[in-house]
Amino acid sequence: MLEIRGLAASIGDKLILRGIDLNVPDGEVHAIMGPNGSGKSTLGYVLSGRDDFTVTGGSVLYNGLDLLDMAPEARAAAGVFLAFQAPIELPGVNNANFLRTALNAIRRAHGESELDAVQFLKLARAETKRLAMPDDMLKRNVNVGFSGGEKKRNEVLQMALLRPSLAILDETDSGLDIDALKIVADGVNALRSPTFSALVITHHQRLLDHLVPNRVHVLAGGRIIRSGGPELARELEKSGYAGVLAEAA
Amino acid sequence: MSTTTEALDTINSGYKWGFETDIEMDLAPKGLNEDIIRLISARKEEPEWMLEGRLKAFSQWQKMAEPVWARVDHPPIDYQDLHYYAAPKKKPGPKSLDEVDPELLKMYEKLGIPLKERAILAGVEADPDERPQIAVDAVFDSVSVATTFRESLAKVGVIFCPISEAVRDHPDLVRQYLGTVVPVADNYFSALNAAVFTDGSFCYIPKGVRCPMELSTYFRINARNTGQFERTLIIAEAGAHVSYLEGCTAPQRDENQLHAAVVELIAMDDATIKYSTVQNWYPGDENGRGGIYNFVTKRGACRGARSKISWTQVETGSAITWKYPSCVLIGEDSVGEFYSVAVTTHHQQADTGTKMIHIGKGSRSTIVSKGISAGKSNNTYRGLVRMLPSATGARNHTQCDSLLIGDQCGAHTVPYIESRNPSAKVEHEATTSKIDEEKLFYCRQRGLSEEDAVNLIVNGFCKEVLKELPMEFAVEAQKLLAVSLEGSVG
Ligand SMILES: Nc1ncnc2c1ncn2[C@@H]1O[C@H](COP(=O)(O)OP(=O)(O)OP(=O)(O)O)[C@@H](O)[C@H]1O
Ligand SMILES: [Mg+2]
Repeated sequence: MLEIRGLAASIGDKLILRGIDLNVPDGEVHAIMGPNGSGKSTLGYVLSGRDDFTVTGGSVLYNGLDLLDMAPEARAAAGVFLAFQAPIELPGVNNANFLRTALNAIRRAHGESELDAVQFLKLARAETKRLAMPDDMLKRNVNVGFSGGEKKRNEVLQMALLRPSLAILDETDSGLDIDALKIVADGVNALRSPTFSALVITHHQRLLDHLVPNRVHVLAGGRIIRSGGPELARELEKSGYAGVLAEAA
Repeated sequence: MSTTTEALDTINSGYKWGFETDIEMDLAPKGLNEDIIRLISARKEEPEWMLEGRLKAFSQWQKMAEPVWARVDHPPIDYQDLHYYAAPKKKPGPKSLDEVDPELLKMYEKLGIPLKERAILAGVEADPDERPQIAVDAVFDSVSVATTFRESLAKVGVIFCPISEAVRDHPDLVRQYLGTVVPVADNYFSALNAAVFTDGSFCYIPKGVRCPMELSTYFRINARNTGQFERTLIIAEAGAHVSYLEGCTAPQRDENQLHAAVVELIAMDDATIKYSTVQNWYPGDENGRGGIYNFVTKRGACRGARSKISWTQVETGSAITWKYPSCVLIGEDSVGEFYSVAVTTHHQQADTGTKMIHIGKGSRSTIVSKGISAGKSNNTYRGLVRMLPSATGARNHTQCDSLLIGDQCGAHTVPYIESRNPSAKVEHEATTSKIDEEKLFYCRQRGLSEEDAVNLIVNGFCKEVLKELPMEFAVEAQKLLAVSLEGSVG
């Protein structure tokens, strides 16, 4: 269970999150929508511990842990995963090696044995196959020269391998072709369980058709200005944010 | 994996090799003059021609001035304030490990030299079946303490011995080749070296012989205020093949120690020489106190057609590095390669690179230089590619990448390209990147610690160079990079 209370965060002297309250119970998928620049990505960064942002108020509890007190890697070990809106390129770093290092770091944190290269490759190949990704994606350098859609798929591959309990997907659907969208949705659905929850940041209804969220929240101006069921997303798709924004003003 | 690598596993911080060995030393008085040179020559039991060469070099050196063009900065070196000869006191050869000076053995252990090699190094004969396939020539200050594997190498005609011994036992070979690649007057430090060099390795690989093992030297500078001037000469006759590894460490000290080596490589028709260096001499402390001044002249001559000389270096140590391993590509279709990783942290200064002189038709060269700067350090790549009129169809590709950690360090690229043959092609690519917050955060979000993230990124950055090193050395180098850069982020 993720419990966000009055979360406020700024970068430099610019206040971006202005008091977010949000509960995501275990087993649920919540969608976050909202206009460009409203603070959606910032929320994902703050939850995962990027220290460019200063938390100026509020609290975040995740399964009883005070997330805001933890280093990014400790949050990752606790099950927090962020699929980046713009995945980072790591020149010279082999994707398979990166994924194995990450997976083993998390396994170590859980007191599990590390996987050797052979065990890992077996696992990784099974996942790339399920995600209809070419095998050579594992051999290439992390995100270097990947197309926009390939980068997003690579994020989903990482998620599938690291098996988080809280996934934050930041516009992972943007830039995906129709088939890829379905594959990404399947990737998330495959993880669904009573101990898995997700925050899905998106601008489009089409992903939500496959993912059917429990709740949809609208983030604007650093606050959640409206929450509702899956129908809220369809309503927004039809009439845009103007109505909701006017209502909140 | 060797114990070298395992030993490196246990390192947590700081300079691990900063120990000092307390062995009775035979030390020349401080200062540099003809008498000291005579003393060195006498101690080495050298023939007259060698002494004459030294004295000539000395008078040449006195006429020269320290070079000032490199981007390095240091207080003036007082050449009269150094010892030019230091050697462990001679005792009759040990019969078993028990007879070997325990301090010497301890030093080998700290150096991470595998146990079996330690015994051999100390001159104790081991069971031949258990011998590792590396021949080691250890240079402890000015004297080669022992040379291993001489016999098995001798069977195929390979000569691998201290250069001082080669001067006595193989005078014709030494006279034929010494100083022909790096002439005495080449530069200030090569002249100094020619006057006072005390030891180093000599390798001769006869025609058509593939050297059956990697040849390796561990260099250490131990005595206080000694300059170490080692001299290495490697000759590969037609069709010969040799891979030579050089590893260096020095104890931690406050005074700066001078090191001015000269290495000469000669490759005849179809011969290949691969020369790998991992240098982790004491770099000085966080405040820039102490550390080695490393002024090295390394040059290879590809004299034969299709000959190949390949330099690979991983430089993490020394307060100041001034080093440009070069190739003179004389033979038709000869090949020169330079793969380098240079790491500078704290107040280290590195001015390093290579020179590729293309003379032969169709000669090719590849330069891959990776500079990593952290702290307040300065890292300069200085490279010359010269295509002479005779170098028809010659090619060079240079790739020069810099990685910055933090914002107080500097990376500089100084390429000199001279082409006097219109058919020759020279390509130069340079990039600068940063280990920035974004990359680190991405890795940490996936569960990696900051240190693991830095290592991953740095190793990725250096991969093209590390893969050129012999396997064990590559693992060692990777660890060394991790240790050198520890704590440089955040
Ligand atoms: N590093 C930064 N420096 C200055 N301002 C920033 C920085 N990062 C984000 N911001 C600002 O914070 C605000 C929120 O940005 P954020 O990326 O969270 O928006 P978003 O809701 O994800 O938008 P989009 O839908 O376009 O992805 C924007 O006004 C943005 O310009
Ligand atoms: Mg965003």
